[in-house]
Amino acid sequence: MREDTETPEDKIGVVMEESTDIVRVVDVTKTFQLGKIEVEALKGVSIEIPRGNYISIMGPSGSGKSTLFNMIGGLDKPNTGKVFIDEVDIAQLDAYELAWLRCRKIGYIFQTFNIIQVMTALENVTLPMTFAGMGNDEAVEKGIELLTLVGLGDRFRHKPFELSGGQQQRVAIARALANDPAIILADEPTGNLDLTTGEEVIALLKNLSRERNATVISATHDIKMLNVSDQVVWIRDGRIDKIENRDELSISVGQIGVKA
Amino acid sequence: MNIPSPSAAGNEPGSVNRQIVLPFAKSVSIAYQSIRVRFFRSLITTMSLVLAVSFLSFVHVSTDVANGMLRTQDPSLRQMLIRSGYDLTPEDTTVGSSPKQRWIVVLSLLVCVVGIVNAQLMAVTERFREIGTMKCLGALDRFILRLFLLEAGMQGLAGAGAGAVAGCVFSLLNVLLRFGPVAVTSLIWTDILFSIGLAVFVGCLLSLLGVFYPAIIAAKMQPVEAMRVEQ
Repeated sequence: MREDTETPEDKIGVVMEESTDIVRVVDVTKTFQLGKIEVEALKGVSIEIPRGNYISIMGPSGSGKSTLFNMIGGLDKPNTGKVFIDEVDIAQLDAYELAWLRCRKIGYIFQTFNIIQVMTALENVTLPMTFAGMGNDEAVEKGIELLTLVGLGDRFRHKPFELSGGQQQRVAIARALANDPAIILADEPTGNLDLTTGEEVIALLKNLSRERNATVISATHDIKMLNVSDQVVWIRDGRIDKIENRDELSISVGQIGVKA
Repeated sequence: MNIPSPSAAGNEPGSVNRQIVLPFAKSVSIAYQSIRVRFFRSLITTMSLVLAVSFLSFVHVSTDVANGMLRTQDPSLRQMLIRSGYDLTPEDTTVGSSPKQRWIVVLSLLVCVVGIVNAQLMAVTERFREIGTMKCLGALDRFILRLFLLEAGMQGLAGAGAGAVAGCVFSLLNVLLRFGPVAVTSLIWTDILFSIGLAVFVGCLLSLLGVFYPAIIAAKMQPVEAMRVEQ
């Protein structure tokens, strides 16, 4: 409310010139109260995610994968330990700053697309820009540009129910990129898509994130996702099981993203 | 260029700002669109309001008509009123609504508010994911609150307007049939306008009152809800 003097350009400038990790998780624990039982979802997780990488978080359900994922996305706060997003401790942020973080630094992509049903594709993409204070004309222009980028340039006036699942997820990708976020958080982005569409979406995500210098963090079960990942984090029983870099991945690498 | 924000006391102060906006005109257009797309849903939510407000307006306009007839000081009209059920002593120069009538009106308005709360709570549950998504995109609690209040305000205005006019027309038709044209010619139209205005005002108020609690629930929702797959 007070420091309105910063322009978006300043911010991007800052992001570019830093070379530190975009996300740092330090000794994080998280306990949930389920009725009378306490469930320890995370038992001391530490991880550093370098800027510009494509990270997949893998793990069976109940492993604490989603909990870790939500922490990284600033959607949840740890019981102990610290989560730094772009070197800012999220536990210290108030509601306004968290909203700002979600709006400007993080782009979300969901398994269920979560396109706002009452709005057209274009309005969905421009909404985060409106929140960020961008003027209407400018936002529309950028929105059309982004939708063209994801291959929906001719469909921006369509309502979500007129779009297929793959197209909806493309709108979601365009929306996630709206404010040039440093992090794109994708929760099982291919979970509701068929094989081919899933591959297309993954390729799109990979290319766009590289072009725009965004870090992609995705929670997934999808082996196709592993092929394009720079790093795979395996979670098991609330702890990090292993972190594999791309070159040491034991699975066979398929066709997509080979050039990475 | 990076001015440290006092409350963003992270390792690197200042890289988090706090300004998120939603211009009022934009909120209005989102709220309007939201109603239009869910037209039948909104219609049902508004229906109880329409009925309650039209009853309120009916009672008030009928009283206005009776007052207009009394003001003519014509004894035959006075007799007509008494025969149709108004308790008039010879000294009375005006009539008010009877306590029983007032009770029924208040009860109908109460029932209407409960109906609105119920319908709006369901609307909020239906829209959990939409609200969560908006919050993930950076919406503040008060944006959500504002959107719901605006929607309710518009529904209230439309519903109460329709109800008030319907109640008035119905009441005028009723007295026209009962007392003949004299009932309408002796009317003071500013009284009627006032009654309609009052009914619209009360209707809007009730609509806003009814949405308040559901809107607060919606606004306080955690963005994590948008991530949940079920529903």
